Amino acid sequence: MSVATLPVRRGLRLGRLQTIGVLFGVLGVVLVGYVAPNIEPTDKAFTFEPPPEPLTFSFDPRTVIVAIGIFFLITAVLSFVAQRDERWEPYLRGALIVSTILLAPLVVVLSLALSEAVDTNIVQLVVESLRLGTPIALGAMAGLWCERSGVVNIGIEGMMLAAAGIGFTAYVVLGDAQGTGWLWISIVVAVLTGGLIGALHALVSVSFRVDQIISGVVINLLALGVTSFLRSQVIVPRGISTGTSTSEISVPLLSDIPVIGEQLFKNKPIFFLMFVIVAASWFVLFKTPWGLRVRSCGENPHAAETLGVDVIRIRYQAVILGGLIAGLAGAWFSMESQGGFQDNMTAGTGFIALAALIFGRWRPWSAFAGAMLFGFTRALGTRLQILDVTVGDFSIPSEFWQALPYVVTIIVVAGVVGRAIPPAADGQPYERPR
Amino acid sequence: MTTLAEAPGTPAGPPPDRLPRIVRSYFDLQPVLVPVCAILLALAVGAVIILLVGENPLTAYWALLRGMFGSWDRVAASLGRSTPFIGAALAVAFAFRAGLFNIGVEGQLLVGATIAAWIGTWGIVDDMPGPVAIPFVLVAGIVGGGLYGFIPGALKARTGAHEVITTIMLNSIAVLFVRWMVNSQDPLILRDPSASVPRTASLPDAARLPEFVDSQPPLHLSFLIMVGLCVFVWFVLQRTARGFEIRMVGANPHAARYAGVSVNVVIVLVMTMSGAFAGLAGAGEISGTSGYLSPGVFVAVGFDSIAIALLARANPFAIIPAAILWGSMLAGAPLMQQETGLSIDIVRIVQALVLLFVAADVIVRTVFRIRRRVVGGFEEPRFGAEWGATA
Repeated sequence: MSVATLPVRRGLRLGRLQTIGVLFGVLGVVLVGYVAPNIEPTDKAFTFEPPPEPLTFSFDPRTVIVAIGIFFLITAVLSFVAQRDERWEPYLRGALIVSTILLAPLVVVLSLALSEAVDTNIVQLVVESLRLGTPIALGAMAGLWCERSGVVNIGIEGMMLAAAGIGFTAYVVLGDAQGTGWLWISIVVAVLTGGLIGALHALVSVSFRVDQIISGVVINLLALGVTSFLRSQVIVPRGISTGTSTSEISVPLLSDIPVIGEQLFKNKPIFFLMFVIVAASWFVLFKTPWGLRVRSCGENPHAAETLGVDVIRIRYQAVILGGLIAGLAGAWFSMESQGGFQDNMTAGTGFIALAALIFGRWRPWSAFAGAMLFGFTRALGTRLQILDVTVGDFSIPSEFWQALPYVVTIIVVAGVVGRAIPPAADGQPYERPR
Repeated sequence: MTTLAEAPGTPAGPPPDRLPRIVRSYFDLQPVLVPVCAILLALAVGAVIILLVGENPLTAYWALLRGMFGSWDRVAASLGRSTPFIGAALAVAFAFRAGLFNIGVEGQLLVGATIAAWIGTWGIVDDMPGPVAIPFVLVAGIVGGGLYGFIPGALKARTGAHEVITTIMLNSIAVLFVRWMVNSQDPLILRDPSASVPRTASLPDAARLPEFVDSQPPLHLSFLIMVGLCVFVWFVLQRTARGFEIRMVGANPHAARYAGVSVNVVIVLVMTMSGAFAGLAGAGEISGTSGYLSPGVFVAVGFDSIAIALLARANPFAIIPAAILWGSMLAGAPLMQQETGLSIDIVRIVQALVLLFVAADVIVRTVFRIRRRVVGGFEEPRFGAEWGATA
């Protein structure tokens, strides 16, 4: 990479901020001027706990929509002010962040207003977002470890799928898909499968220095073939289509917290593990010497090697670790979310995890936030499908809601994130100088 | 490492008049030798897997081979099955040459096919003679696929969004949107109300491509169109100034920029053309094979086309045999399943292994003791190198 085009680490520039601000302004005008006046003035409500004693918060959707619309308009005005006077730029950035966050309640309120339903359970929606965000967050952590060490991994999807398929096959063969003991052993099998494929990715892309993206594509193809083969040759002949999945655990004390405790702290094990892994990834990557070595391999492997870091070895370790995490995400699919395996059941989650990673600019907590954003769009999709949102006479079809996470991914990768800068040596094979 | 882009001095993708030179020496055989050995190795590993599930690999492979080329009818069916793969793989390979990784071929093919299936049922097509109606439908596919390829190209050039992610997302969006348009009964969009299953209305006979052999799937004119497309792509890449720019961007975008090439223009152009090739392949299937669109027909064509393009090392002429191998294996697999009870997914595993061994040619070279030819000049495009950032 030549000096003149060396990427400069920078955030969004003012010009781009203004464009986004203007877009919010247009949205605000539409909301205040067109949407709000055309909505029926019926009260809607958010509920916060399951019956018998629901805590409800009722409101007029028009008021909420007008309020959000006005905030968008303020953001737009700020973007013009900031263009003339740079001192206003921090305020604009703040307003843009708030506006972006406001999009979530806006979509919920708007769809609620357009449907027949009167109320919707918000805590459930949040917990469902976290639950559906679990494999995405785990996938993003898998990608984080690989890419921080300088190895692009688009094979996360395949790692997850293979782990889901081989893990469940092990469960079927060992314990007829019954029993907690075999279930946990199978989850370990799934995790190890992920690690094994991580090792394959490392072998092909680190040792053989094959293009890392090609290696990832091979993993995806191979996983699809192997798992479909296992399903038709091993699982289907045994006539087992479903098995027991992991059961819920309640965290002592925390699960007694009113309103959120019951929903959030009474959940399944991989769900809890996900938080542990995100926190641990952050700690190990940024607070330990080994984490520093991994990051140095991703930024400047030659300098790292000069300082005595074994780049090849570190990359192997990081990619295998990433594979293990992806394996856990695979176990989530076949042994926590549903007790069973279908062909291609990961359905693009690995790629969404990569988008979450880019959204988070290769940082653990930001990537986690990105994963939750996608979890939210998925949860919202399912929720809105049930609510049956109609615009005029047109009932919005379920395919639109299913496409929502993908559309959001494109917008996020192209627009909001802008030119996210990956680790400098990401994707470049390392050849040890002789 | 052999290169995706050829070394200077060697003719690009063997042009017919230079063929004798290819067989002149052992080293010049390498581009063929490595894939052939990769196929052998993949079949060997596949045989181990077949043994593990308790079947006889020789019986299985013999059934597979007869399923592929056992009779003239089966040969035609295999070629028919390979037809869309040629165009789709060409789309991937063309983008490869500019250092772009177009995973969106599936979506572009689907959008091209959908637009072709939609425009083909317009009233005006009924009154057209065949020589007008067929190009009309094919051009519709080209435009549809081209537009759907333009989106990720423009996004990459304008915002730096990596095409791998945007094209995968666009694939899912296209699949869902087309499924809705073809399935939906209220409002009725593309669905043929008289058909019992969700599908679009059939194209009029004038808009159907002429069939050569009425096999299952049929062999039709689209096969020749696809072969012609390969020649066209070779010509563009090797014999035009724009093609040189494209290869330059693929070899080294920074150097290309210093040489005065507008990298962003090349990115948008290549993605659009790549999408157009896929769209043409999709329209050819609608007009040639089925005559209508049913949802879920082009599943996995996208990933297959990537594999074929890699197998052919992005060489437009090598794509033809690679696609025929790929398509015929898929066409022959059902006979193997019928005779041995083996799942057709074994073919998928073998295919993935072929790709692995072609990409990681170190393995093949070690097993078969093939020496490495010293190459210089253009570097192999590295898709990973520009990951997440712009060129």
